Amino acid sequence: MDMIPDLTQPAGWLPLAFAGVMALSMLIYVVLDGYDLGVGVLLRRADDEAQKDTMIASIGPFWDANETWLVLGVGVLLVAFPMANGVILGHLYLPVALMLMALTLRGVAFDFRVKAQASHKHLWDRAFYAGSLLAGWSQGFMLGGLITGFKDDLWSHLFSALIGLCLIAAYCLLGASWLIMKTEGALQLKAVRWAWSSLWLTALGIGAISIVTPLVSERIFDKWFSFPNFVMLLPIPLMTLVLFVLIGRSLRRLPVRLTQNNQYGIGVPFAGTVGVMLLSFYGLGYSLFPWLVIDQITIWQSASAPEALMVIFYGVVVVLPVIIGYTVFAYRVFWGKSTALVY
Amino acid sequence: MSTWDPFVLARIQFAANITFHILFPTITIALGWALLFFKTRFVATGKAHWMAAYQFWVKIFALTFALGVVSGVTMSFQFGTNWPGFMNTVGNVAGPLLAYEVLTAFFLEATMLGIMLFGRGRVSERVHTVATWLVALGTTASAFWILALNSWMHTPAGFEMVNGQAHVTSWMQVIFNPSFPYRLTHMLIASGLTVAFLLAGISAYRWLRQDRGDDVRATLKVGVVAAALLIPLQIVVGDLHGLNTLEHQPAKLAAMEGIWQTQKGAPAVLFALPDQATRSNRYEIAIPKLASLYLTHDWSGEVKGLDAFGDNHPPVAPVFWAFRIMVGTGMLMLLVSWFSAWRLYKGRDLATWQARVLVAMTFSGWLALVAGWYVTEIGRQPWLVYGVLTTAQAASQVPAANIALTLSMYLVLYGALLTAYVRVVFYLARKPAVAERPLALTAATPTGGKAHEGAA
Repeated sequence: MDMIPDLTQPAGWLPLAFAGVMALSMLIYVVLDGYDLGVGVLLRRADDEAQKDTMIASIGPFWDANETWLVLGVGVLLVAFPMANGVILGHLYLPVALMLMALTLRGVAFDFRVKAQASHKHLWDRAFYAGSLLAGWSQGFMLGGLITGFKDDLWSHLFSALIGLCLIAAYCLLGASWLIMKTEGALQLKAVRWAWSSLWLTALGIGAISIVTPLVSERIFDKWFSFPNFVMLLPIPLMTLVLFVLIGRSLRRLPVRLTQNNQYGIGVPFAGTVGVMLLSFYGLGYSLFPWLVIDQITIWQSASAPEALMVIFYGVVVVLPVIIGYTVFAYRVFWGKSTALVY
Repeated sequence: MSTWDPFVLARIQFAANITFHILFPTITIALGWALLFFKTRFVATGKAHWMAAYQFWVKIFALTFALGVVSGVTMSFQFGTNWPGFMNTVGNVAGPLLAYEVLTAFFLEATMLGIMLFGRGRVSERVHTVATWLVALGTTASAFWILALNSWMHTPAGFEMVNGQAHVTSWMQVIFNPSFPYRLTHMLIASGLTVAFLLAGISAYRWLRQDRGDDVRATLKVGVVAAALLIPLQIVVGDLHGLNTLEHQPAKLAAMEGIWQTQKGAPAVLFALPDQATRSNRYEIAIPKLASLYLTHDWSGEVKGLDAFGDNHPPVAPVFWAFRIMVGTGMLMLLVSWFSAWRLYKGRDLATWQARVLVAMTFSGWLALVAGWYVTEIGRQPWLVYGVLTTAQAASQVPAANIALTLSMYLVLYGALLTAYVRVVFYLARKPAVAERPLALTAATPTGGKAHEGAA
C-alpha cells in the first residue's frame, strides 16, 4: 500500500512499534480487567455474603494493576498519536465520561465495602455491580463507535449499544471462567453455569462485528474477501469457532467432574476465552490497520515527532519486559484457589 | 446565564478532577514511607505495637490508593478530551514524561500493592518488605515525573519551537528546569506534612476515645514529631520557591502579594480585597516596605507590580487569597505541632483540648496543599505553558452541554466519595482495637500449601 512510508526510517517504524505497544496493552487490558469487571457484574448473582467475599477476594490483589493497562493504552494513544487521541476522545466524550465514572465507582466500592459500616456494605456491593456493568457497556459502545467510524446515526448507535451488551457478556464469560479456576464447591459450579449463559451473547457480538466491519468500509471488505487473502485469513474465523466449541464442551463436562471432586481442566474455559479474545483482536486489528480513525487518520499521520517517540521507545524496551516480569510474579504469588483477604 | 462558555466549563471540570485526584497521591506518597518505617521498626524491635500500627494504617493506605488510581485514570483521559491543543503543541515534551511515569511508577506501585496488601503468608517476610519498599518508591517516582512536567509548564526550558511544535533540545534541561527542584521538594514535604497531621489527628481521635494502646501512642508521636520537624523546613523551601517564582514568573508573584503598581519599598499586604475593575486593593492592611525586604533583601528594593504585565496576568483575587490560606494554615501547623511536640517531649500526655485541636487539623494538610496548588496553577494563567501556549489555545471543541452534563455528574460523584472517604477513615479509627487476627508475622494465614495444589 502506498500509504505506508519507508519502514527503515524512524518516522516509519516507530509509529508502527507504538501501534503495536498500544494494541498489546489494550489486549492485555481487555483480558485482565475483563475478568475482574466480569466478576463485578456476576457479583449480583451470588447466593450469599460468603460467596460475594470469595468472588471479590479472587480479584483483590490484581484489579489495580489490571486497570493500569488502560492507562498505558490510552497513554500511548495520547503521547504517540496525539492528533488521533484528540479526534477519538472528542467523538467518544460522553461514553468515555460514563466509563470513567463507572470505573471510579467500582474501584472505590471494592475498598469501601469491607471498610465502611457493615450496614452500608450492600450499598457498596451495588455500586460495585453497577460500576462494573456500566464500564463494560461503555467500553463496548466505544468499540462500536470505532468500528462504524463514529457515524452519528440511529443504526450506528444501536449497533454500538448492542456491542456494549455483548462486551458485558464477554467480560462475564471471562469472569466466570476466572472463578472456575479460583473457587471451589457451590460457587465453582455456579460459575460454570454463568460461563455457559454468557457464551451465546459473546459469540453474537463477535459475529456482529465480523459482519458490520467489512460493510462499513469497502477497503476493509477488499482486505478480507479478495483472493488469496480470503483463504489465508480463513483460519481466524475457523479457529474462533473451534475454540467456542471447545469452551462449550468443557463447560458441559465440568459439572460432572467437579461434583466428583476432580479439578481437571478447570483452566480450559479461561484459556479458550482468552484465545477467542486474541483472535477477535487480531481480526479487528487487521481490519483497522493502518487507520486509527477508519479511512481518516493513519498511525503515521498522527504520530509524534520521531525523536520524542525514540525517547519513549527506549523506556518501553527496557521497562515493559520488567513490568510483564513482575506481573507474572504477582500472578504466581496468588496462584491457585483464592483465600480470604485480610490485611 | 443563558449560554455557558465551554472553555470555562472545561477548566472547572479539569480543576475539579485534578483537585480531587491530588488529595490521594499526596497521602499515599508519604504514607507509603510511614508504613515502611512502621514495618522496619517492628522487624528491628520485635514490638507488636509497630505491627498493629502498620495494620491499621495499611487499610487507610489501600483505600487512599484506590481513590488515587481511579481519579488518575480519569486524568489520563481528560488531558485529551479537555486540552487537545496541549499534546498537539508540547506533546514531544509532555509525552515522554507522562510515558515514563506510567512505565516506571504506575505499574510498579499497582502490582506491588497487591503483594503488599494480600501477600503476607504467600511470600517471605523479606519479599513483603521489598514490595512495601517498591510501593513507596513507585509513588515517589510518580511524583518526580509529574512534577517535572508540571514545573516545565511553569518554567519551560531545553526546547525549541519548530512549526508551532515544541522539540526537545536537552532532556536534562527539560526535566531539571528552573522551578523543578523547588516544586518537587515543596510538594514532597507537603505530602509529609499532610500525612504527619493525618497520623497525629487520627491517633488523637483514638486517644480521645480512650483507645490508648502503645500503637496509638507511637503513631501520635510519629505524627507530631514529623510535623514539628517538617514545618520549618517547608517554610524555608516555600520561601525559596517564592524567590524562584519572582525570578521566572513575576506576574504570579505580584498577584500573590497583591501589588498592583511597580514600586520601590513595596508593602507586605496582610489583608485586602483585590479589585480587578479598579486595579487596586480595597480595605488594605499592609506593613510598609516589608515585601521589598523579603523579596529583594532591601528595604527600598523595586518590586514589579501587575501594571508591568498589561492584561497578561492571572486573576488576582483567587491567587492572593489562596496564598494567604496556604501560609495561614502553615503558621497554624507550626504552632500546633511545636506545642504538641513540646508537651510530648516533656513526657506528658496531651491535654484533651490539645488532642481536639489535632483532630480538627487531621486534614489541614489538604487545605494548605490545595490552596498552594491553586496559587501556582491559577497564577500561571492565562498561560498553560508559560510563554508558549495559552490555556484558551489548547481548549477542545466539545459542546458546552456535554461538558456541563459530565461536570455536574463528576461533582456529585466526587462530593459523595470525598464524604465517604473522610467518614470511613474516622469509622476505622472508631472500630474497637481488638486484634482482628494474631499480630505476629508468622501467624499470617497459612495459604502456601493450597497455592501449590491449585497450580495444576
